[in-house]
Amino acid sequence: MFIELLKIELYKIFKRPRTFIAFGAIAVIILLVQFALKVNGKDFVQFYTDSQADTFDIPYEKILNGYFVCVAVLHMILIHVPLLVALIAGDMISGEASLGTLRLLAGKPVTRTQLLMAKFSASTVYVTLLLAWMALFALLGSLLIFGTEDLVVFKETDLHIIKAGDVIWRFFAAFVFAALALTTIAAMALMFSVFSENSLGPIVATVCVVIVFTIVQQLRVPVFEETVNPWSFTTHMLGWKGFFYVEKNAEGATITGSIENPAALLRSGLILTGYIALFLGISIRSFNKKDILS
Amino acid sequence: MKPVFPLLIAACILLSAARAQGAKELLQKVKAKYDKVDDYTATAKMKTNVVFIKAPVATIKVYYKKPDKIKIKNESGVSFIPRGSANVNMNNVLGLSDFEAVEGGMEKTGGVNCKVIRIFPLSDEESITRATLYIDESRLLVIRSVISTKENGTYELGMSYKKYAEWGLPDKVELSFNTRDYKLPKGVTIDYDNGTGKEKAGEATPKKGKVEISYTSYIINKGVPDSVFN
Repeated sequence: MFIELLKIELYKIFKRPRTFIAFGAIAVIILLVQFALKVNGKDFVQFYTDSQADTFDIPYEKILNGYFVCVAVLHMILIHVPLLVALIAGDMISGEASLGTLRLLAGKPVTRTQLLMAKFSASTVYVTLLLAWMALFALLGSLLIFGTEDLVVFKETDLHIIKAGDVIWRFFAAFVFAALALTTIAAMALMFSVFSENSLGPIVATVCVVIVFTIVQQLRVPVFEETVNPWSFTTHMLGWKGFFYVEKNAEGATITGSIENPAALLRSGLILTGYIALFLGISIRSFNKKDILS
Repeated sequence: MKPVFPLLIAACILLSAARAQGAKELLQKVKAKYDKVDDYTATAKMKTNVVFIKAPVATIKVYYKKPDKIKIKNESGVSFIPRGSANVNMNNVLGLSDFEAVEGGMEKTGGVNCKVIRIFPLSDEESITRATLYIDESRLLVIRSVISTKENGTYELGMSYKKYAEWGLPDKVELSFNTRDYKLPKGVTIDYDNGTGKEKAGEATPKKGKVEISYTSYIINKGVPDSVFN
């Protein structure tokens, strides 16, 4: 029965033209970034390496490879993808309410929890497909256009060079982590959706929460650094980047297959899972008690 | 008593001139040894130990052509190669034509008793402002060198020789150089905070970087095309 419900929810999602706006927008953004880096990529790399150009011979052409471009693309667009996820997940319950079909739906011989879980699962499938689409364009596209080489990851105070042969699994892990992060957004949007009778409210609320916490995180104010940021989901949503931070040995050489702090990644993953459980728990409790009048 | 003082000065001048002459003669002998190599292509492993760079051990190729062409290439990956690595080529110093050399006594370096020679280029055109070479007199090999340049600061090289000592080519070179802090503006990279930044914040950052080049093989005097150095 659950699979049937899921199929119906997926049909509803992919029947709507706006679902494909997200896929189209992602493809266009990625292609634009790839084009810009193909034309002015050296300037982009120079921005990161300028302070060391006197000391080191910087291999600009080699740094600008498919893996580097893919990380740059993900860095630029993953911050904005929550908006695209909220557009779909924020509409799951409230959209039915505004159309007047929620009462009809709730009258079916399935529990409300099953109904909500089907909607959440459909949102998760949407998120996964969106990321797969992104991976196809950002990774495969960049590799085709720019080729493969070692990956250089620029951080605020250091830079990591990862051997080309040690990169692909990191992208796979990063996409899986990004899926977890975006599922958190989907769960939050679904939660807001339960409390609303129109679609706009949950979508705007989700985007506003993400923006506020991202700003708080980027302010780097000690009071927030010590209290809010360690528990803010926006802090942990960046965990996908952690797969591109490598560890080095005593002699300074990077260790193949290493992650700088795997415990932190595990913690981030658990915190995001905790948020998903919390948002779903609130959604199920509220939806089960909800007086459906429309 | 009067003639004693000028005689003392004259003796000092003669002595220092003799020492300078001795230093130059030693440098000539060392140069003659290094001059046996017209060109080489070497394969090596390069370890980079710079506080803000995490890099794998790279397999590199070093190309050299007389008198001063040298190129270090990582042909199978990305490496940040210090600009001072050009000084791996000792001809940069030994090839100087207009310079003063002064003996600086003996000093034990890398377990070897070395003669210290300080070199001061006289021409303003030279990129090197001064150099100190620690020379193993018995084998006529430069064991250590400290080279100050106009544009890229001071580089220190430590060299150990085994298989290719007769050519004056090291098996291992350790290059130390000054580094600048690496810091991008806040919010540009939007890093994931995995807690390592806070651990590092308390540590004093060393301002010296080090690169270790371990040579595995040399192809000597078999010709190197000029296109390699472009």
